[in-house]
Amino acid sequence: METLILGLPVAYYIAMVAKVLVAFVFVLLTVAYATYAERKIIGHMQVRLGPMRTGWHGLLQPIADGVKLFFKEEIIPSEASKFAFLVAPLVALIPAFISFAVIPFGAPVSIGGYTVPMQIAAYYDQAGQQIFDINVGVLYILAMAGLGVYGIVLAGWSSNSKYSLLGGLRSAAQMVSYELAAGLAIVSVFMLSESLSLHKIVADQAGGIWNWYAFKQPLACVIFFICSIAEINRTPFDLPEAETELVSGFCTEYSSMKYAMFFMAEYANMVTVCAVTTTLFLGGWHGPFLPGWMWFIAKVYALIFLCMWIRATYPRYRYDQLMRLGWKVFLPLTLLNVVATGIVATLVK
Amino acid sequence: MLALNNYLILSAILFSIGTIGVLVRRNAIVIFMCIELMLNAVNLTLISFSHYLGSIDGQVFVFFIMTVAAAEAAVGLALMIAFYKNRESIDVEDVNMLKL
Amino acid sequence: MESIFFLIVAAVAVLSSILVVTCKNPINSALSLVMTFFCLATLYVTLDAPFMAVTQVMVYAGAIMVLIVFVIMLLNIRVEAVKRGSHAVFAGGAIGLFLLFQTVWFLGRGTLSGATGTMDRAQVVKVGHIELIGKALFTDFLLPFEITSILLLAAIVGAVILAKRKI
Repeated sequence: METLILGLPVAYYIAMVAKVLVAFVFVLLTVAYATYAERKIIGHMQVRLGPMRTGWHGLLQPIADGVKLFFKEEIIPSEASKFAFLVAPLVALIPAFISFAVIPFGAPVSIGGYTVPMQIAAYYDQAGQQIFDINVGVLYILAMAGLGVYGIVLAGWSSNSKYSLLGGLRSAAQMVSYELAAGLAIVSVFMLSESLSLHKIVADQAGGIWNWYAFKQPLACVIFFICSIAEINRTPFDLPEAETELVSGFCTEYSSMKYAMFFMAEYANMVTVCAVTTTLFLGGWHGPFLPGWMWFIAKVYALIFLCMWIRATYPRYRYDQLMRLGWKVFLPLTLLNVVATGIVATLVK
Repeated sequence: MLALNNYLILSAILFSIGTIGVLVRRNAIVIFMCIELMLNAVNLTLISFSHYLGSIDGQVFVFFIMTVAAAEAAVGLALMIAFYKNRESIDVEDVNMLKL
Repeated sequence: MESIFFLIVAAVAVLSSILVVTCKNPINSALSLVMTFFCLATLYVTLDAPFMAVTQVMVYAGAIMVLIVFVIMLLNIRVEAVKRGSHAVFAGGAIGLFLLFQTVWFLGRGTLSGATGTMDRAQVVKVGHIELIGKALFTDFLLPFEITSILLLAAIVGAVILAKRKI
């Protein structure tokens, strides 16, 4: 009889720690090099070279940036609300990372007789020959996405500066509006998969590119991706930190490591959103020839590239246009999509 | 397994703190938050009863309470904004005249 | 193990809810309340109600509290100017403590009775919590469910009429 802790074998906990470490390090590295990739890609799109001096073709640039920000002076405005000011960067950073707990990033692997699912919050039931994960995974991601707004709102409010306050207000309104449309876009996905477990959703998309939900639900896919970009405040929806009108918005008063944390949170959010889109719409880790995790990474990176491409292409939206787009275009479209999916799914059955 | 009373006592403590908040504070928004706290204490009671009685009904009630709380938040905050526009304050002592 | 976990979560919940009442700054109150909601969501998970836990975070922390924080920021309320007099604080505290005492007193004397169902951990894992809730919601509780939709519609219309300057 093997030893059990809280009803699960010890190997389960070892696998869990290993998965957490791998996923965390992978996301951190991706975040670091996404900043470099963004400067490089946008540079080349604008026929510039981008960073070239630090290392071969500027490859050490993220490290140089990190060192610079680490040694900068820490400034806390004297009129700021101290506690909220200090907590805000953490609150912004953490939700971006913990969404990865439920995302399946590869096919299950067997190590020493144990089958380990490549998903942090999941375990393999030896008796039932079945993988169990959180059966509310999609809702978990939506809930964590909803928490991201607190970091920005707190930063904006606690800085006690009008630009920050405006940035915070804008982001609160924007994120709440777009969260609705993003959530409704996902509804049509789990109407097809008949489950909220991400493992099951990925399993449903197995067997060829035509089984991807991106092809069964093209409208939902596009709307979800656009809404996600709006929710993480990237161009063309980067109103909360618009440099030209709000001098960087909510993070105007931040410096040094706290600013770096907001910066990381922005890129970590981008990686998370791309991973979620991959899982829900692009078949997760499914793909021919290569192992699952490679396909997953390739799809996520392709979406990150798309984000950067969008940033290099589109100008910023105006605030009223942004609100109109969210409430009067995306929300009715997603509702129609849900109704249409329901009708078609019932008829097919 | 923990006894049901643990959850019920925690819920009672939270509910009492909420009550004290409603009675003691003057800021309408803080009072509003204390009411949410009281609703949550009730939610905890319902979910723990649902668990210990082995029935899903309590959790469905929680679902309805959440809906009511959301509706309440929308209307309550709209009231506060309307009041603030007239009075430049959200102190409950300023509302007692029942006129503008 | 389980009781230690419960004690820690309960202690954090009680502390943060005390902060909700005592913080002078409404934003700090709101943050403490979010913390309380998280603790309650954690307890829901231990009570085999994962869907309720996630909904708790999504609806309360993700929607209602964001709305409250948004209004606090919009009206730019910083610190409460005048506190209530000590009489009011004393009376409020006494009433609250009496309420607590009364509840605990009754709890010590009651036993759990009532119709018991068949839902347990094994069933929640096997069937799925959302499936169980969904089945109850769309069969036994269909009428209340439809009525809540009317309630929400009324709330939307009411909020717009109240807050909009010119309709």
